[in-house]
Amino acid sequence: MLSGLSTTFGGMRNPYPGRLFIVEGIDGSGKSTQMSLLAQWLRAGGYTVVFSEWNSSPIVKSTTSRGKKKQILTPLTFSLIHATDFADRVEREIVPSLKAGAIVLADRYVYTAFARDVVRGVDPAWVRSLYRFAVVPDLAFYFRTPLEVGLRRILSGRPKLKYYEAGMDISLSTDAIDSYRKFQARILEQYEQISAEYGLFVMDAVQPVEEQQKILRDAVRPYLSGLRRRRSVSADPRTGAPAG
Amino acid sequence: MRGFETYGGVIPNVSPEELTGWLIVIEGTDGAGRSTQIELLRGYLERLGYAVAETGLSRSDLASRGIRRAKQGNILGSDAFNLFYATDFADRLERQIIPALRAGFVMLTDRYIYSLIARAIVRGADPSWIKQAYSFALRPDAVFYLRLSVPDLVPRVLARGGFDYWESGGDLPLGNDLYDCFINYQDRVIAQLDALSEEYRFDTLPGVDSIESISEQLCTRVRDILRRPRLGPSLNGPVSDREP
Repeated sequence: MLSGLSTTFGGMRNPYPGRLFIVEGIDGSGKSTQMSLLAQWLRAGGYTVVFSEWNSSPIVKSTTSRGKKKQILTPLTFSLIHATDFADRVEREIVPSLKAGAIVLADRYVYTAFARDVVRGVDPAWVRSLYRFAVVPDLAFYFRTPLEVGLRRILSGRPKLKYYEAGMDISLSTDAIDSYRKFQARILEQYEQISAEYGLFVMDAVQPVEEQQKILRDAVRPYLSGLRRRRSVSADPRTGAPAG
Repeated sequence: MRGFETYGGVIPNVSPEELTGWLIVIEGTDGAGRSTQIELLRGYLERLGYAVAETGLSRSDLASRGIRRAKQGNILGSDAFNLFYATDFADRLERQIIPALRAGFVMLTDRYIYSLIARAIVRGADPSWIKQAYSFALRPDAVFYLRLSVPDLVPRVLARGGFDYWESGGDLPLGNDLYDCFINYQDRVIAQLDALSEEYRFDTLPGVDSIESISEQLCTRVRDILRRPRLGPSLNGPVSDREP
């Protein structure tokens, strides 16, 4: 069973042979770019890498889409349907892969729910309890981004912002762009609090991509010892290939 | 003002204390005659002049289709299923139950969080986790528990057309054939409901009594609840107080 004994998220340390690394941050923080670079490096080192993306369960997705399209999701059902999606991925992707000794890389994790749901008015203690079955990541990177930097990266492409993405459901503004700015500002506040609460590994997301990647790899390297590799690789720490 | 409270949780943007109306729950074993009793109770209350609305498990606009689809292939793990049901419940609470209570209706619900909690616990969920997950639920005015023992239940189920996969806990399963599964599963669900009956103070009605006898008791008890003096002015009382 996935349900841990603790009354809140944080009690379920990774008991499996695999490793779980996750990235978090506001939109435009560059976390996905960093994660895919990390994946390439790990694969080059012969490790088995499995991705798990926020809100991607094939079974739950149709319900989430229905709720978004009809704009019938409330803060409570928004929170619960995302928890359902997450639980499905934990049970079908994350835990089996960790049991198999793989490296699971998750783009967004429970902290995304803690940030977004609380901004929408959900009780912080309740949502932390809801996710108590989640395995605590071995390393959780928080890509700290100044609000204006994140906004510039997203808004410069003149995106068509979706209703829930822009936080239109909580009536911050009738203008999508304005609503999005205010929504992201509030999410950023939550992330800062969460980062301290859970001791996330803070990345300075305004640094050059390659600088950040070096820090990421250095942080990950100590966690690789003892992991099974699919084939031997001429691992040379000086060339950057991951040591196992 | 007569209002509601939750089981300790928060429903964002809703003030339970401002809700009027009545929330009456009919819980019970599968096959105990809940829907027959609800139909009779509804007729009785409408003859008294009350506006009555109904809801029941997996009847939400948001999640009922998704749950049905997921059940067809039995492809969701137990925690994801528990959360999917919680999503369905929250959608009905916010979009059916609360609006009806706000309008002063008598809301009759065919099962509530208790069956969902019992099923989750039988499937191995941590009791404190699932109870905390449903802590946003409104405390009903009354919970009537139509209780049947497994030996009383079996002939009814056979007369109705046999053992159903989900009513036998086919996803677990707890035996080598449908009969064993049914007996063992229902036994455990009833044991959980009995335990919840103490904790949540159910009003238990013996399901072996005749339909008429149960209905008479149920109607009298509900009528007494609706006639309890209110603390504030009643905006939506009965239009007529005549006995049927």
